[in-house]
Amino acid sequence: MTENGATRKLTFVQAINEGIRQEMERDPTVIVMGEDVAGAAGKAHLGFIDHFGGSFGLTKNLIQKFGPERVRDTPISETGFIGAGVGAAATGLRPLVDLMFVGFVGVCGDQIFNNAAKMHYMFGGKVKLPLTIQCQTGAGHGSAAQHSESLYALFTHIPGLKCVVPSDPYTAKGLQIAAIRDDDPVVVFQSITLMGMNFDVNVPEEPYTWPIGKARVAREGKDITLVGIGYTTQVCLQAAGELAKRGHSAEVVDLLSLSPLDEETILGSVRKTRKAVVVDEDYPRCSVASDIAALVGEQAFDVLDAPPKRLTAPHASVPYSPVLEALHVPSKERVVEAALSVLK
Amino acid sequence: MATTTVRGTIAKQKLIWMYETMVLIRRFEEQARREQDSGRLRGTHSAIGQEAVPVGICAHLRDDDFVLGNHRSHHHCIAKGVDVNEMMAELLGKVTGTNRGKGGTMHIADMNKGMLGANGVVGSNIPVATGVGLSARVRKTDQVSVVFFGDGAAQQGSLHESLNLAAIWKLPVLFVCENNRYAESTPFEYSVAGGSVANRAAGYGIPGVTVDGQSVLDMYEVGGEAVRRARAGEGPTLIEAQTYRYFGHYGADNPLGYRTKEEQEFYMAKDCIARMRKHLVENKFATEAELSGIDKKCTDAIVAATKFGVDSPFPKLDELTTDVYIKYP
Repeated sequence: MTENGATRKLTFVQAINEGIRQEMERDPTVIVMGEDVAGAAGKAHLGFIDHFGGSFGLTKNLIQKFGPERVRDTPISETGFIGAGVGAAATGLRPLVDLMFVGFVGVCGDQIFNNAAKMHYMFGGKVKLPLTIQCQTGAGHGSAAQHSESLYALFTHIPGLKCVVPSDPYTAKGLQIAAIRDDDPVVVFQSITLMGMNFDVNVPEEPYTWPIGKARVAREGKDITLVGIGYTTQVCLQAAGELAKRGHSAEVVDLLSLSPLDEETILGSVRKTRKAVVVDEDYPRCSVASDIAALVGEQAFDVLDAPPKRLTAPHASVPYSPVLEALHVPSKERVVEAALSVLK
Repeated sequence: MATTTVRGTIAKQKLIWMYETMVLIRRFEEQARREQDSGRLRGTHSAIGQEAVPVGICAHLRDDDFVLGNHRSHHHCIAKGVDVNEMMAELLGKVTGTNRGKGGTMHIADMNKGMLGANGVVGSNIPVATGVGLSARVRKTDQVSVVFFGDGAAQQGSLHESLNLAAIWKLPVLFVCENNRYAESTPFEYSVAGGSVANRAAGYGIPGVTVDGQSVLDMYEVGGEAVRRARAGEGPTLIEAQTYRYFGHYGADNPLGYRTKEEQEFYMAKDCIARMRKHLVENKFATEAELSGIDKKCTDAIVAATKFGVDSPFPKLDELTTDVYIKYP
């Protein structure tokens, strides 16, 4: 709340931007690198500066404050600059690198999976890598197969990476700061859909962290647990409202962290409600949704009234045509439908 | 001629250090082959023949400069001052190893000595080294980052991206290609368009130097200028050191499946240690007896390293899942 008690509202983008700016103010070793993280690189003397501030404005206004030494526009060289982030992290900096769309991992997976994730372990713990990789995710924007993925599972699978997914402006700022301060490599998945939503959520001005590895109960209920990840948490909350109208009390668990996974909060909720639907906009095979369904099946089988249900994207790339794309993302209606099928 | 000038000014102590370090590497690698043959060690990539490349460069480096290697990196580690006891223990998977037995031959690292790791993925460490140079620059130190990679890695896109980044940002990085003529069994002549790695530097507007990698004095000279440039903020240098690996790519690989005996003999006749020995004796920096004393010292050091490694304990079994993260959750 602000001093007069009003909610301090920020957009998802503003909250992330504020978190980055505050960490850069606090810690001179924090640098930002990526394609067009400012824009118009090297042309400040001609009056051109900060044209983009990141493709989604996440790093807007940083170059004016911190200069081009710490806010580095890179050529289109994901392998080059993410690898450089690894080397810089190993030798005294705390880099934030912006991969842009998560699918671009396809051109630099080696640096993330073979170096960032493994160096601490394969060097026997003798190097630390305080590297943050942020990337933008999600379908629904007419960008088709290569610019609309989530790929949570791909990163969560790898030992050595931490993976976090904010679901609103409050968690976005807290997780952004937590990721930058963390001494392990952290991947932050930033939903493009959340960037366009309005939230009635208070975002404190002072820096704060949301602990990596902690889920939260975003809405309490007693009849069924809906598990959301990032944007799908919002879908679950909408569905819970709809279910309430039909007399069902749904609890929404907002994962926030995929690795580490807060098993306690998930299982605590499921033990209470005895039913679970996991809603994930990532592909279904070997997914986080499958992982959680397995967790619930193994650890809470004795209390379950019904098998855990997964509601995910289909095993298909994201299509362009709006009528098809709309089907790819789990919707409120489909969550309600899935919940009702478990409740009956 | 610049060559004479630089060579004439190398302190005797430095010359002896270079000779001794090359011999120590060779003894280490010979022992690694023995351990491999005995079955205690599951195969390594031998650097025998390539000793002069990192030794000539590392002679200019401080402990707080960084070296990054590749899958064939024992010589980089020793040249950067990593302890051979800990290296041998690492090869044997022991907890006293540089990496507590978790990395092995392809991942040896020692941050205290500025060895930021060998790396098993070809071309993978080149961008990382660029970031080390960036870090030195942002932290406003005069540290230098050196990455060694092979002629095989020079065909990876990571080199292009890194040379470009280092050039536009003028980073203090030495890109050192150890052209040993074969990527596994694929010949340089087959895989390198244009016939030169060093010539590619022109495209980035940075110096590209081809050097006899079997001459430690030539390596020293080229390395000296590249390190000077880097420390002075003048940017990166691409060095192509032409060298030769005496053994196969890995373990028991027989190189006679892709190269002739005559070719091997041609390069082995230019052996870096034999040439340096000759130079030291002819120019009266050392006597044969003194050099034999150094040889014996190196042999003894490797015998001791092997005993240290063999006698050391394996890691405790709970180390399987430690060091994955600093903190989790």
